[in-house]
Amino acid sequence: MIDDGRQAIIDIAYLIAAVFFIFGLKFLSSPKQARRGNQLAAVGMGIAILATFLSRGWESSNYILIIVGILLGGGAAAWAARVVKMTAMPQMTAIYNGMGGATAALVSLGEFSHKTNIGTGEKVAIVIGCIIGSISFTGSMVAFAKLQELLPGKPIRIANQQMYNLGAAAALVILTILTVSLDHNTTSKGLLWVIFAISLALGLSLVLPIGGADMPVVIAILNSLTGLAAAVAGLALDNQAMVIAGALVGASGSYLTYLMAKAMNRSVLNVIFGSWGAEAAGGSPVGTGEQLPIRETTADDVAVQLAYANKVIIVPGYGLAVAQAQHAVRELADELQERGVDVKYAIHPVAGRMPGHMNVLLAEANVPYEDLYEMEQINDDFPSTDVALVIGANDVTNPAARDDKSSPIYGMPILNVDEAQNIVVLKRSMKSGYAGIENMLFHDPKTSMLFGDAKTSLSNLVTAVKEA
Amino acid sequence: MDNSVLLGIYVFLLAIFLGIELIGRVPATLHTPLMSGTNAIHGIVLLGGMVVLGEADTWWLQLIGFLAVVLGAANVFGAFVVTDRMLEMFKGRKSTPGADKS
Repeated sequence: MIDDGRQAIIDIAYLIAAVFFIFGLKFLSSPKQARRGNQLAAVGMGIAILATFLSRGWESSNYILIIVGILLGGGAAAWAARVVKMTAMPQMTAIYNGMGGATAALVSLGEFSHKTNIGTGEKVAIVIGCIIGSISFTGSMVAFAKLQELLPGKPIRIANQQMYNLGAAAALVILTILTVSLDHNTTSKGLLWVIFAISLALGLSLVLPIGGADMPVVIAILNSLTGLAAAVAGLALDNQAMVIAGALVGASGSYLTYLMAKAMNRSVLNVIFGSWGAEAAGGSPVGTGEQLPIRETTADDVAVQLAYANKVIIVPGYGLAVAQAQHAVRELADELQERGVDVKYAIHPVAGRMPGHMNVLLAEANVPYEDLYEMEQINDDFPSTDVALVIGANDVTNPAARDDKSSPIYGMPILNVDEAQNIVVLKRSMKSGYAGIENMLFHDPKTSMLFGDAKTSLSNLVTAVKEA
Repeated sequence: MDNSVLLGIYVFLLAIFLGIELIGRVPATLHTPLMSGTNAIHGIVLLGGMVVLGEADTWWLQLIGFLAVVLGAANVFGAFVVTDRMLEMFKGRKSTPGADKS
């Protein structure tokens, strides 16, 4: 492999880059060094990119195009990543992941039509890279559209969808065998484009029927798939940096998927071929139009309740994130703590829309780490809590997940908010949550509802607590 | 004939095990940043785009390669910046003062 000095330099640079990725990943999984980990990985990437420029025999016009392309794509994405709101982070991850998938598919297509002499192993790698990359691309775009609410979060399905998916998968297997076994000529090159098209459609069809609430797991799966696609493309190109980095991501991404699915008590297979949406269409009380009683309250009443409580648990949800109310909630907590109230935050594993998303948002508002409690740590505290303040959280507090076997979210671990002495729910309206199901917590006699934008309600509360 | 692919598969398998080991005990707090960080690392596929575009000898391959480079670069830069922004939030409290900004 190392046939001249220049190639040796490239290979050594790739090796160094791989070491950077490994340490980057290692640091990324410890809170103290996470940021440095990301920076290390970025340095590794820089080394790998620069080394690739040393490759031999490229047209100078192509060099220019490469630089223009990197500046264009990298510049636009870096700018978008800088200006996007913290609440939109999950969709950004989805869209960049999709772009990576598209890149892998394009690399496979380009490599296949460019190469004249190509071995069986490389052919297999190219076809697989094309399939995985394309599925990851369209799948991620659907996930992006759902999170951005360009598409409804509810499952979108067509009749006999599973049959079409199976058919597409079977067609892909047959076409893969054909493409690999045929001589490398115009026909097999054409077939790869057919594979590309079918894979794109399959990606759409696989993710569209998955409900919005499952999107974090879906993105984790697609992230890991793109890693694999990059690794496989690396096999085809005999590029060890791509193989190592791609495989690292494929593996850690799969493990992360497993951790997230576990947090939601969902099996990964269940998410992909899930019954979540199907069951929701069945017996459970979804939008039956039935008017259940609710108790509405005012900021002043809630302020008194909070100010004279001993123990308050704040349950933040996506509604808080959307309203950008993380600073307001910290102000309220500060105010209460000054009055001697014991304030804790209960963080559901999937609060926000991704595990850890809520921690990031609250950290932005300088909420101390020590006040954040994970579900298992705090669930036993609710019965001794005077007020549970639920801010824009819905499904993660729904007692149906614990008690109602017919509920589509039955079995998902929830925060036992309903065990608190009093519950106050800050919510924009009675609209149902991301999973699209009724939350009986809101109709609990112990619950009072404070309607309005979370940020406005919270600042009203802060003012009222000061006066209380 | 496919020796290099075989060698690549060795590397691939070792990296798979390493990848799982490395993030073995990641706290839930870091799940989102970790996903975003790994998202950036698979942007390595940009290298493939560079090779395709570099070796392109028709306008058609140039187009495919160029698209691959643009999208791959977006993956790399976008995801690294997003991750950095997420992790930036974690600094500053119970901190080693001044030590964490380079």
